[in-house]
Amino acid sequence: MIKITEKAIDVQKVIETASNLGAGAVNAFIGTVRNKAKDKNVVWLEYEAYEAMAVAEIRKIIDEAAHKWNLLGWAVSHRIGTLKPGEVAVVVAVSTAHRKESFEACQYIIDNVKAKTPIWKKEVFDDGEEWVDARPTAGQAAIK
Amino acid sequence: MRYTLKTFGITRDILGGKEVPFEMDGVKVAELKSELMIRFPEMKTLNSLLIAVNNAYAEDDLILTESDEIALIPPVSGG
Repeated sequence: MIKITEKAIDVQKVIETASNLGAGAVNAFIGTVRNKAKDKNVVWLEYEAYEAMAVAEIRKIIDEAAHKWNLLGWAVSHRIGTLKPGEVAVVVAVSTAHRKESFEACQYIIDNVKAKTPIWKKEVFDDGEEWVDARPTAGQAAIK
Repeated sequence: MRYTLKTFGITRDILGGKEVPFEMDGVKVAELKSELMIRFPEMKTLNSLLIAVNNAYAEDDLILTESDEIALIPPVSGG
C-alpha cells in the first residue's frame, strides 16, 4: 500500500497492512512534526506532493528494497496538507522473517523516500515561513 | 515550442502559478533549465532544480514535446 493522504494517518492500519503471518519482525518508522527548527518555534507545516509521481517514486524504492531484502509485507503512508507539531507526517512499515533485515529495509525505504520523493514542506514560524532545504544555508553553494 | 510547466514548492512562488505556459525555442531538458535561470534569476538561489517529465526524473538530454507533463522539482523535503 502506498498512500498520500490529507487525512490523519492511522498508524495501526499501516502496520497491519505490512504484517504477514510468516514474519518474525514488523518494523515501523513514524515521522512526526517537530516544534522547533533553526531555534525557531514551528507553528505548523504545509506539506504538498506531486502525487502521481510521488507514488511512482515510492514504488521504485519499494522494488529496490524488495531486491535487497526478502520483504514479506510493506506499507508507506505520507500525509500532506497542514500539520501541527506532534502530528504524524509519514509511516513506513515492513515485515520480514528476522529483525535485522526489517531494520535495514525500513531505514532504506524512509531514507530514500526523504531523498527522492517529490514531496515538499514549508515551515511556518511566528514571524515568517520557509520552504525546507530549498535554499543553501550559510556557507553552501547554490546552483552554479 | 509551447510547453506547460507544473510547479511545486518554492518554484510555484517564483513562477507565480500552478501550471505556467512557457514558450521557448529549445527542445531539451537542459535548455529548459537554463532558460528558467535566465527568465527567473531567483531560480539560481535554489540548492537544486530537477525536471520531471511524465512522472519520472528526466535527464538533461531528453527531448521535450508540447504534450509532455513537465514539472519543476525543487529540493524535496518530505518525511
